[in-house]
Amino acid sequence: MQTESAKQTWIVATCLCLVCSVLVSTAAVVLRPAQQVQKTLDIQRNILKVSGSYDEDCSIASQFRGIEPVLIELAGKRPVISNPTAEGIDLKTYDPKKSSKKEGDSIEVSPRGALPQIARREIYTIAYEIQNDDGNLDQVILPIYGKGLWSTLYGFIAVDADGQTIRGITFYQHGETPGLGGEVDDPVWKSRWPGKSAFSPADIEKASADNLPIPTILVAKGQVTPQTAEAEHKVDGLSGATITSNGVTSLVRYWLGPDAFGSYLHQLRAEHAANNPTSSETEGGNNG
Amino acid sequence: MAEPTTKDVLLDPIIKTNPIAFHVLGICSALAVTTKVETALAMSVAVVIVTGLSGAAVSLIRLYIPNSIRIIVQMTIIATLVILVDQFLKAYFFGVSKQMSVFVGLIITNCIVMGRAEAYAMKNSPSMSFVDGVGNGLGYSLILIVVAVFRELFGKGEILGYPILGTEGLVASGYEPNGLMLLPPSAFFLIGLIIWAIRTYDKEQVNVS
Repeated sequence: MQTESAKQTWIVATCLCLVCSVLVSTAAVVLRPAQQVQKTLDIQRNILKVSGSYDEDCSIASQFRGIEPVLIELAGKRPVISNPTAEGIDLKTYDPKKSSKKEGDSIEVSPRGALPQIARREIYTIAYEIQNDDGNLDQVILPIYGKGLWSTLYGFIAVDADGQTIRGITFYQHGETPGLGGEVDDPVWKSRWPGKSAFSPADIEKASADNLPIPTILVAKGQVTPQTAEAEHKVDGLSGATITSNGVTSLVRYWLGPDAFGSYLHQLRAEHAANNPTSSETEGGNNG
Repeated sequence: MAEPTTKDVLLDPIIKTNPIAFHVLGICSALAVTTKVETALAMSVAVVIVTGLSGAAVSLIRLYIPNSIRIIVQMTIIATLVILVDQFLKAYFFGVSKQMSVFVGLIITNCIVMGRAEAYAMKNSPSMSFVDGVGNGLGYSLILIVVAVFRELFGKGEILGYPILGTEGLVASGYEPNGLMLLPPSAFFLIGLIIWAIRTYDKEQVNVS
């Protein structure tokens, strides 16, 4: 061929690279807004799904209207930030995932290793409060994340207004092995979570703002039947995916624990007890 | 041999020189995306677009491609097209792109795309290379969809998520889904059976060694 000289080779390679990179970067820039919209919709869809109120036939935007995003200071003494703008945060655009990687907006996970392989987490995050038809708080949707085997799992956990009963869990982004750890997406497995209790009643009873309970929820090996000891804190593990299962245990425990949403859940329990004085439950004893 | 017509170039790869059944190329992705008809369809469309366009693009500059770097030039073109398809899926078919996840990227390593660029597009005109690419993409799609239909039907008792046989579906009427069909080995068995069937029908494809 006549096109064999070194000069020719360089010219072709350079031109090709230029044309291809222009094409790729143009596509990335032009399509980004549309992709961003899809991503937001996907997150909203997952919030609706975990709350158990998702209706495929209605638009996500209309279903999402009844859901109230609130800014939460993780592990904060007064966890709910009623005036986000004072903190310089706009709820519409705030991205906790980005903040968790920024020096000033994140702090170290404590105790170290509580969230395996993740060193820092964001200071503020967004939780979603859902009211029932009477206008009382029904459940809250909390963002959670942590490492599985290969990847970071990102998801949501729904907790009842009583601050301890789990209403649902879902992961919207992960890179676990399909068929094994990837089964965190399995509806049957997810259906085992609702009704489980995150904390042991004894811990709840002696809990105070300075002594927040540590969650006892566990993704256990083997089958969990109602006869299993402490079945109310145990969820069936994913078979063939011990490391993913352990990852889910530690990340759920971390996010519901004292270093993350613990104080927020404590406040919920106190409010719940105040609103339901007849209930025989004794949690949130020192809410006065 | 007579000059092949456009029709031959388009239709031959569907049965006669099918990339999977005849050349036995692109098996890896055929195992991965055929558990559901929906992903198989999405993959098919993506591969048809990529093989068609990459054939045309490679053929267009084939006279300028130095022989020493021709493979990497083909790869660059294919990779660019795959990224474009991936970005487009993410923007407009988010659900599908989430399900296909890594497999869209793996079109780059699908030997059919590369094989057609090297074997056909380097020697033929852009329009014919485009037709050849689309034809091979369609041949690949045909096998993919047939395999996916069997796997979803016997593995889940559904097609495209809809229950088959009455409103209750196969599973409710007493069919026990075969979990093996959802695992990669079943695709091997099915592709093997398809190749056997095609070669029994068309003896010319049997390569006597």
